[in-house]
Amino acid sequence: MSAQAVTLTYREAMRQAIREALLADERVFLMGEDVGAYGGCFGVSKGLLEEFGPERIRDTPLSESAFVGAGIGAAMGEMRPIVEVMTVNFCLLALDQIMNNAATISHMSGGQFEIPLVIRMTTGAGRQVAAQHSHSLEGWLAHIPGLKLLAPATIEDARGMLAPALADPNPVLIFEHGGLYNAEGELPEGAGAVDIERAAIRRAGSDVSLIAYGGTLPTALAAAEELAGAGVEAEVLDLRVLRPLDEHAIVESVSRTHRAVIVDEGWRSGSLAAEVSARIMERAFYELDVPVERVCSAEVPMPYPHHLEQAALPQAQTIVTVVQRMLNPRG
Amino acid sequence: MSIPDGSSAPAIAPLAREHGLHLLAQMLRVRRFEEKCVELYSAAKIRGFMHLYIGEEAVAVGTMEALEPQDAIVATYREHGHALVRGVSAGAIMAEMYGKLEGCSRGRGGSMHLFDAATRFYGGNAIVGGGLPLAVGLALADKLQGRHRVTACFFGDGAVAEGEFHESMNLAALWQLPVLFLCENNRYAMGTAIERYESETDLALKASGYEMSAWSVDGMDVRAVEEAARRAAAEVRDGGRPCFLELRTYRFRAHSMYDPDLYRPKEEIERWREHDPIPALTAELQAAGLLAEADLQELERAAAEEIEAAIAFAEAGKLEPVEDLERFVYAEPRAAR
Repeated sequence: MSAQAVTLTYREAMRQAIREALLADERVFLMGEDVGAYGGCFGVSKGLLEEFGPERIRDTPLSESAFVGAGIGAAMGEMRPIVEVMTVNFCLLALDQIMNNAATISHMSGGQFEIPLVIRMTTGAGRQVAAQHSHSLEGWLAHIPGLKLLAPATIEDARGMLAPALADPNPVLIFEHGGLYNAEGELPEGAGAVDIERAAIRRAGSDVSLIAYGGTLPTALAAAEELAGAGVEAEVLDLRVLRPLDEHAIVESVSRTHRAVIVDEGWRSGSLAAEVSARIMERAFYELDVPVERVCSAEVPMPYPHHLEQAALPQAQTIVTVVQRMLNPRG
Repeated sequence: MSIPDGSSAPAIAPLAREHGLHLLAQMLRVRRFEEKCVELYSAAKIRGFMHLYIGEEAVAVGTMEALEPQDAIVATYREHGHALVRGVSAGAIMAEMYGKLEGCSRGRGGSMHLFDAATRFYGGNAIVGGGLPLAVGLALADKLQGRHRVTACFFGDGAVAEGEFHESMNLAALWQLPVLFLCENNRYAMGTAIERYESETDLALKASGYEMSAWSVDGMDVRAVEEAARRAAAEVRDGGRPCFLELRTYRFRAHSMYDPDLYRPKEEIERWREHDPIPALTAELQAAGLLAEADLQELERAAAEEIEAAIAFAEAGKLEPVEDLERFVYAEPRAAR
């Protein structure tokens, strides 16, 4: 097969993935707020209503709990729903359904029921939409056994994670960072499913492991680029799967570089970064040359003005500074 | 709200002996089963929360008559009766309450989380209102797949104050989904009387704001419940749209085994006991010459026998191996089960 590359955006990659899923399986349908006539709050589902009709592209009322719960019920009724929650901030209104039903019913019923449900939601800050539309709550949701969490950070993953998520018999949450939708990249024509089990090394290096996911992957890559200019070879590990964590990949990378910086847009306290750090302590403590460092969001509700928002978010320059301090502790 | 007098109820078909005995047998099974559960709870065989249905049996028994095997049921944490009447075996329910592997949820759910795929019994939901969105989704799946099935969703009056109730009613009506909403109004949200938490205590009136047929029925009269449920289920099944029934009932026992029941006068309980659905149907059958003393004895004997067998089954059951603790957090390949 010719590997002719096409250029597309993260948004287009997501749309292609949804379209492909709808074409491949009659049981698949998309529902959520403004997914139809509006074309999706972030434009992901634009054109799908026209192509697939209102039975399969279902605009919902602003009833997060009901339509997420309906997704769970429909999954138990042999459908393959894709539920879009406009942003992770709004999923708090559906947390009862996500936690007490989606994540719980399989175990609580002794394995009698499966919940093959996909919930997509936008996450993250950087667009000056202030404290009720900007948070990264992946760490909270990653706390819950019974869920799988994916964070596509590349065009390839935006294109390829949905199909295996739909094929999975468990509830899978996909977090799409709002800052990534316009990202452009090349994809081989006909690119399809990717694995949803392993982390991926996005840049190889030997001096330090920068462990990132979702919206912080570009930040970590930018930091690595700058460090390279200073002769420091940073490895960038993209977690990709936030639950269950690919512990092996984390330990393997840190065991080679002996230094780890976790870059997480969540708040530091009780964060996913804290969990990754703990896994490193448990499994690779003696591989470390220096203590693990974390670059997280400031512990404030995300402010509106640009300068404060940027000050609150993990920045490439902060990562560079942290790495330089790790490499030269007395410097 | 007053005790329903049944004066507005539509005409009910004449009582036939066989059917009357069947309804009575079902109510007796549930009553005697739960009375035994109280003993077993006191003996510490059953632990955790346990919510009794005693007094409300006519609701589960009457409504279940309108459902068919292909229909789905979503119930609450007060669901022993619903599971029994639906056809989950008494042994599997008792073993579940014992926390045994042979229980209908492998012993993992206990009293509040009875599940049974074979009878399409989708729990046993112990978050008030949490089952309603599930029912909407099950009905959506039926509609999308062209199946003419009913999803019956039981919930209490307390759930009507939850956002999930309103969201689910709206969605079911908006999308014309085959959900039969069955509101078991026993007048208390745990210990808070309905007048103390609802702005509008006529729940059928409240529900009718969602553009669906909604009416109230005397939930202490099993035949009235059956008639209403048949009518409502037909509307859901044939009309492909939701319907709401408010079943006005009363629980004679406390909210749960932990509840000292201090929030309602004893006289109120006694007044409602006069409407106990079991003596009511017994008297009706006897007055019509359809129930001999020997019949009643036989029903009691059969119920006792079933319950004794269920207890023996639960006692003989095994505990799930601790090594299996984490099984089914995520689905296993089907062949592995």
